[in-house]
Amino acid sequence: MDWLTVFQNSLTQMIGVSAIIYCLAALGLNIQFGYTGLLNFGQAGFAAIGAYAIAVTVATLGWPLWLALFFGILGAIIFALLLGIPTLRLRADYLAIVTIAAAEIIRQVARAVSLNDYFGGSDGISGKYAADWYALNPLPVGIDTALIRFSRNDLWVVINGWTLVAVIVLITWLLMRSPWGRVLKSIREDEDAVRSLGKNVYLYKMQALTLGGVIGAFAGVIFAVAAQSVQPDNYSTTLTFFAYAVLILGGAARVFGPVVGSMIFWFLLVFVGQALNNAVKAGYISSSILRPDQVGQIQFMLVGLGLMALMIYRPQGIFGDEKELALDER
Amino acid sequence: MSDSPAAPSRTKASSVKAALAGVSPVPGAPKPDAIFIGDSITRSFGGLAAVDVSHLEVQRGSITALIGPNGAGKTTFFNVITGFDPPNTGTWSFEGSSLAGTPAYKVAREGMIRTFQLTKVLNKLTVLENMRLGAQGQSGEGLFRALIPALWRKQEDEITARALGMLEQFNLIHVKDEFAGSLSGGQRKLLEMARAMMSNPSMLMLDEPMAGVNPALTQSLLEHIKELRETGITIFFVEHDMDMVRDISDWVIVMAQGSIIAEGPPSDVMRNPAVIDAYLGDHHDVALTESGESLTDSNVSPTKSEES
Amino acid sequence: MTGSKSEGGGMRSPMATGKVARRPGYRRVVAFALALFAGLLMAIAPAIAADTGLKGTVKDPTSGAGIAGVVITSEGDGFTESATTGADGKWAIALPGEGTYTVTLDTTSLPSGLGLANPERGTTSIDAYSGQVKTILFPLGDGSAPAPGSEAASKWSQIPQLTVDGIIFGIVIALAAVGLSLVFGTTKLTNFAHGELIALGALLTFFFSSIVGLPLVIAIVVAVLASAFIGGWVQNRVLWKQLRMRGTGLIAALVVSIGLGFFIRYFFLFVFGGQTRQFDEFAGQAGIEIGPVLITPKDLIASFVGVILIGLTTYWLLRTKAGKATRAVADNPALASASGIEVEKVISTVWILGAGLAAFSGVMIGLQSGVSWYMGFQVLLLVFAGTVLGGLGTAFGAIIGSLIVGVLIQLSTLVIPTELKYVGALVVLILILLIRPEGILGRRERIG
Repeated sequence: MDWLTVFQNSLTQMIGVSAIIYCLAALGLNIQFGYTGLLNFGQAGFAAIGAYAIAVTVATLGWPLWLALFFGILGAIIFALLLGIPTLRLRADYLAIVTIAAAEIIRQVARAVSLNDYFGGSDGISGKYAADWYALNPLPVGIDTALIRFSRNDLWVVINGWTLVAVIVLITWLLMRSPWGRVLKSIREDEDAVRSLGKNVYLYKMQALTLGGVIGAFAGVIFAVAAQSVQPDNYSTTLTFFAYAVLILGGAARVFGPVVGSMIFWFLLVFVGQALNNAVKAGYISSSILRPDQVGQIQFMLVGLGLMALMIYRPQGIFGDEKELALDER
Repeated sequence: MSDSPAAPSRTKASSVKAALAGVSPVPGAPKPDAIFIGDSITRSFGGLAAVDVSHLEVQRGSITALIGPNGAGKTTFFNVITGFDPPNTGTWSFEGSSLAGTPAYKVAREGMIRTFQLTKVLNKLTVLENMRLGAQGQSGEGLFRALIPALWRKQEDEITARALGMLEQFNLIHVKDEFAGSLSGGQRKLLEMARAMMSNPSMLMLDEPMAGVNPALTQSLLEHIKELRETGITIFFVEHDMDMVRDISDWVIVMAQGSIIAEGPPSDVMRNPAVIDAYLGDHHDVALTESGESLTDSNVSPTKSEES
Repeated sequence: MTGSKSEGGGMRSPMATGKVARRPGYRRVVAFALALFAGLLMAIAPAIAADTGLKGTVKDPTSGAGIAGVVITSEGDGFTESATTGADGKWAIALPGEGTYTVTLDTTSLPSGLGLANPERGTTSIDAYSGQVKTILFPLGDGSAPAPGSEAASKWSQIPQLTVDGIIFGIVIALAAVGLSLVFGTTKLTNFAHGELIALGALLTFFFSSIVGLPLVIAIVVAVLASAFIGGWVQNRVLWKQLRMRGTGLIAALVVSIGLGFFIRYFFLFVFGGQTRQFDEFAGQAGIEIGPVLITPKDLIASFVGVILIGLTTYWLLRTKAGKATRAVADNPALASASGIEVEKVISTVWILGAGLAAFSGVMIGLQSGVSWYMGFQVLLLVFAGTVLGGLGTAFGAIIGSLIVGVLIQLSTLVIPTELKYVGALVVLILILLIRPEGILGRRERIG
């Protein structure tokens, strides 16, 4: 059993493209759910909008990448408004139902055979739609060490991706120590109290939903650019659920929560998967109990269990504040 | 407080009492200088009319109590006029501008700031942050300005200074960095009142300020309310505690089954047969005579279980 | 009303604030039930073929014997492959990979006197996933049905058929929605793991019929009862009751249900495999014509049973003491508790009832379109749509809302592509929230 490769792959994924994508999705959720208490279960829809904006604009229409980015952001804003207008005045779970439904609408429309010409059906759209951007890569080679390994292109994506994460973390940090952030946190605690003090709660919720959604769209943009393809089924509810697991693992309403959570999540997920795979191949686990193709299912089951356990026992995340925990248990 | 004038020669309390002396003690009586006027306000749930108020005025600068047996519709009336609950019919104005159909946050901006029967402190924010939230017109509460601390830092410092002063006044300065969720029931009531004061209200609306408050704190709470009146604020409050009502209010309005059944100075109202009837129908063990010293025990509603 | 912001209150029910003394045997019972459950599901898991493909059996509608020599063709993105049925009527086509394919039965290769039961279903479009062998059935009839050419003649002639299909689908949704709505009404839990109760019923039915070998009807009864016990009583006892006692907040509980649903779904995939399977009995049952409508007897009988179950639930809610207690708890748990109603007992009953009804809903889906690990989550959003349409927390609203959603989905295929019919329903859900958020039968106070 090759533990070194297992470890190398796990570390690589810990800072790899997947970690960036889920970190971005969770950064958006952090503003919505962590700080404001909005249950957005349609983050996959926002990511899909970002990804398809890139794919359709560049690959199908042949327009430049910067314009695609603009469309992605605009699309996310419009989507947030569409979701927010009917639901943000209602109780929290209505937003949850509507957002999860809306994300499914987007996925099913994207994979519809009748719209094949626009979105490519269930195969999605692939093509060299970020070639210009990859051409800007000044790095001569990738990186290949005992601990991590990236190709030249991947390294370029990873460096830019984490830079984007850093910028968004900085913005989140600035916002959450401002009076604006204070209003959001207060809405999470008790929106009637905030209303009684003369704040337009509806407007703030809309701003939080939109900002978080735009950040979610960036997750899709990175996904599309890194993979040079989009497939509708990559934007199913699983993406949203993973992003929640990432957020709660790292700690909701903590600026670095999504970053820490995403790294730990992907390290653990890949490590467990690879270790199990190796164990099956090496015969440590009989294939009558676990076949190699079932390893992914075990990983997913563990994610589900982990999300439950965290939410029940450590809702403030694994590094959460004991004082806050005490308040939860009152 | 916005119209807080140069110190008057006599206290606000005595001038308000003088102004109300000539008002006839009948339901819906017009006041010489009304800050709030409501007309034909109704709110029903299903077939049940929870509120049916034909006319009501609140005298500027007064401490006006709204009392009545359980289920009289006092809190619902508060909810309706502060924009938290849509009425079936009705118009009302505050400082001359109509507020019917105005959303709750705009009502608050007009200067009508309320508190809640079940206190609504923001548990996972510190006491000081709770206070800062109360301040109006914060430029740092805009999404884009929030990104540049230079634009709001100075105002934030002013707000903080004012908040600290207010906490001092309300005896909460020693817990300013605690989470509000860790405060006792009485401290929460104080915090909610102090936070409302951060908004510079012209009328402070308190929904059962004494409910669940430790008796030891009651007296200081009463003093706070009287002091607030001296700064020129109108106080309109819902209360069960008759002792408190008699002690501090200038004028008492009595509701039963949604309607106003009596009005007048505290001593008159307590003797009003209609009021005694209304209470006796509901709380037959309550003595309403002025000499009834023991009525607090039976009439203070049991400690409200705070939502955790 | 301002006071009804219920998420702040936690899901603690009045009866559950103190520690409940555990009966000594309780843990053993639960452990036994869980072990039984796991064992059952493990037993379902036969080795699955890792290939991607299609298979099916062409049967004589009267004798049920396989028909040899029928040609089936599959086409997709530059791929064409045909297969001919063997002596047992079975055929199989291996596919090159994931994608959308059309499957066509060549009617000219059928023996004379036989034709497709529904001529419009001679060609179907399917999505194939890698590692999954899909079963495609072509029910046959006596061939007297009108030729496919007349189908486009009038869309309106499809309305009766689509309406009946819609009502049946509405019954499926309603069966699941009643439980979702009652659980929400009594505990304020928005349960995103409710879809898994649907799948549980279907999977257990498959286990008892196709693996244990019980007759399908008996398997259904056993599976529904087992689902009510495991998915209802045990689930509430082991998880949700504990969370209520901990005072877990409503939002936290909602996220827990997401995690639970996720876990159970992949557990189902683990033991059942990725393919969609049919119950052995009645798999290729031919439809019978009733007026302008074609319906299979199994669907007709199952729908009839579904209606009876819904009727019994309605009667129970309206007329029995326990039912009235349930409505009282949904209305005001604190008051219900104060008037001597055992809230926890009511909640337990609601879970058992809801899980049983959802299980039968799963059985109906299984009879129509087969059993898969993913089937519960697939319809969950439609169940939510029905529930919200009727008004969250009202059982009657959920029933009516579900029927409307079912009919609407089927009728919408007149104007939008069939593959987008669920999208149409979800769009309507959002529009309803915009116009009348409290739903058809909901009260304004409920939405906060």
